[in-house]
Amino acid sequence: MTDVIAPNVTKDIALKANGLKKAFGGLIATDNLSLSVATGEIHAVIGPNGAGKTTLVNLLSGMLRPDAGSIQFNGRDVTRLPAPARVKAGLSRSYQITSIFRDFTVLENVMFSVQARQGHSFRFWKPVSRDASLIDPARELLGRVGLGDRVDIRAGELAYGEQRQLEIAISLATQPSFLLLDEPMAGMGPEESQRMIEFLRALKGAYTILLIEHDMDAVFALADRITVLVYGKVIATGAPDDIRNDPAVREAYLGGDDSDDCSEEGAA
Amino acid sequence: MGAFGPLRNPANMFTALVLVIFAITPILAPALDESFYVIVFARIMVWGIAAVSLNLIMGYGGLISFGHAVYLGIGGYTVGILAFHGVTSAWIQWPLAIGVSGLVALVFGAISLRTKGVYFIMITLALAQMIFFLSVSAERYGSDDGLNVLARSDLGVSFFSLNNKTDMYYTIFAFLLASVFVSWKLVNSRFGTTIRAAKSNDTRVQSIGVATYRYRLTAFVIAGIMCGIAGLLQANLEGFVSPDMMNWQRSGELIFMVVLGGMSTLFGPVTGAFVFLMLSEVLAGWTIHWHIIFGPFLVLVVIFARGGIAGLLTRRADRD
Repeated sequence: MTDVIAPNVTKDIALKANGLKKAFGGLIATDNLSLSVATGEIHAVIGPNGAGKTTLVNLLSGMLRPDAGSIQFNGRDVTRLPAPARVKAGLSRSYQITSIFRDFTVLENVMFSVQARQGHSFRFWKPVSRDASLIDPARELLGRVGLGDRVDIRAGELAYGEQRQLEIAISLATQPSFLLLDEPMAGMGPEESQRMIEFLRALKGAYTILLIEHDMDAVFALADRITVLVYGKVIATGAPDDIRNDPAVREAYLGGDDSDDCSEEGAA
Repeated sequence: MGAFGPLRNPANMFTALVLVIFAITPILAPALDESFYVIVFARIMVWGIAAVSLNLIMGYGGLISFGHAVYLGIGGYTVGILAFHGVTSAWIQWPLAIGVSGLVALVFGAISLRTKGVYFIMITLALAQMIFFLSVSAERYGSDDGLNVLARSDLGVSFFSLNNKTDMYYTIFAFLLASVFVSWKLVNSRFGTTIRAAKSNDTRVQSIGVATYRYRLTAFVIAGIMCGIAGLLQANLEGFVSPDMMNWQRSGELIFMVVLGGMSTLFGPVTGAFVFLMLSEVLAGWTIHWHIIFGPFLVLVVIFARGGIAGLLTRRADRD
């Protein structure tokens, strides 16, 4: 908590994990993992199934507590901070398995997220359906993510790809500086994936992004840096070209010369 | 979501019909020589208030409290015990009943909301049973036999008194309308949206930065207070309180009224209470083994009429 780092050092590091450990019974999901994400970059984390990618997202977002290690966000130790407080600090996540409010309309989904951003919700009388301070930003954001003409549809009735977009819109409405995206392309067809890649590219620079992804095309198209995770351990970190040519990575993960194997795994 | 729709909707028409029946019963029933129904409907409305309060946390919040009737008992006993000691002013009794209900709900909620699912159900049941046994063991206040409420709450005005049957009836009617109105406002406010969102997807609410516990606890307290008001009205209506008011079976019946009428609909719990109590009344008139008919009926409703009566009527409207 008192771990002070000189400001000039932390200035360009948005998120830093040091020696994170997490075990579930006998299974070590995260093994002495260290990682740093520079402000403004898209940092991808790849790894085969069971590499501990989602556990990492849960640790970073505060849904899980690490057994050991620390997490710094914008130079501040957030290891012990619960998830809601991390969101307030600007760290927002999306889910691999679509996590939206299915009974709410698309607009209500994002309105609620805007509401959460505005502070406490101990307001008992005024109807949200007439609250312009919620509706206007929500509409504006939905327009930006390409769901502008879907606002009044129940979220559960959206097409799958649209639900994925809504998922990210909900995260964006909390006005984060940092996005933790847990497999945003999961379960998408090639066309939907391509649209999502364009969408994420448009976010680049405005947000620092940690992208967990199975889809190798997406990763190599978007990432500034890539970290490769195998059995909870980081086996390599570097620029996309270095990762592509790293012999350890090829052996442990990419499995020879054909990276398409991995993207197929992602659909499972 | 959840707001009053247009009157074309059959569910809303049914609501309007029930409200009209409630409103004119004290005039109509004596004219038809059926004064008995004034008391019957007053009882139904008290249960309606209790069911509306449960619906706030169960229907909108997804919190299945199996001990909700305890607040009926707490509201009722507060009035009964105060009257026993000679305190009959409504201006003392009612705020105290509300305060005690709220306080108990705060403590019980703070404990039970740390759990989920079946554990939540069991803990709310266990806590309510604690108060139930407390009332059973309270010899001074009649134990099992209950306690006669020696005098009705005194409103301190000359033109309106709960000793008058019609005044009593319309007092209950007013509280019923108020409870539905308050629910309506709450459900559509920022607070209510938070509660509904937490029911829909708790982890997502947390991951957009909202700690749900305190909102749920607040809802739990509001529901407890609302049910405590139903309890104080019941004590006045019956002139009697007993441990049976907060027996776990009463909690079960409350759950059923809400499910029967339509969870997370504003007026559904009132219709549920209406149908539940009228049906048990009618069936009990036919045979003493009326539970044999009533039980399977309830099972069928749960299986075939998802969304309860309100759901049934709304679906019909969608088909048209």
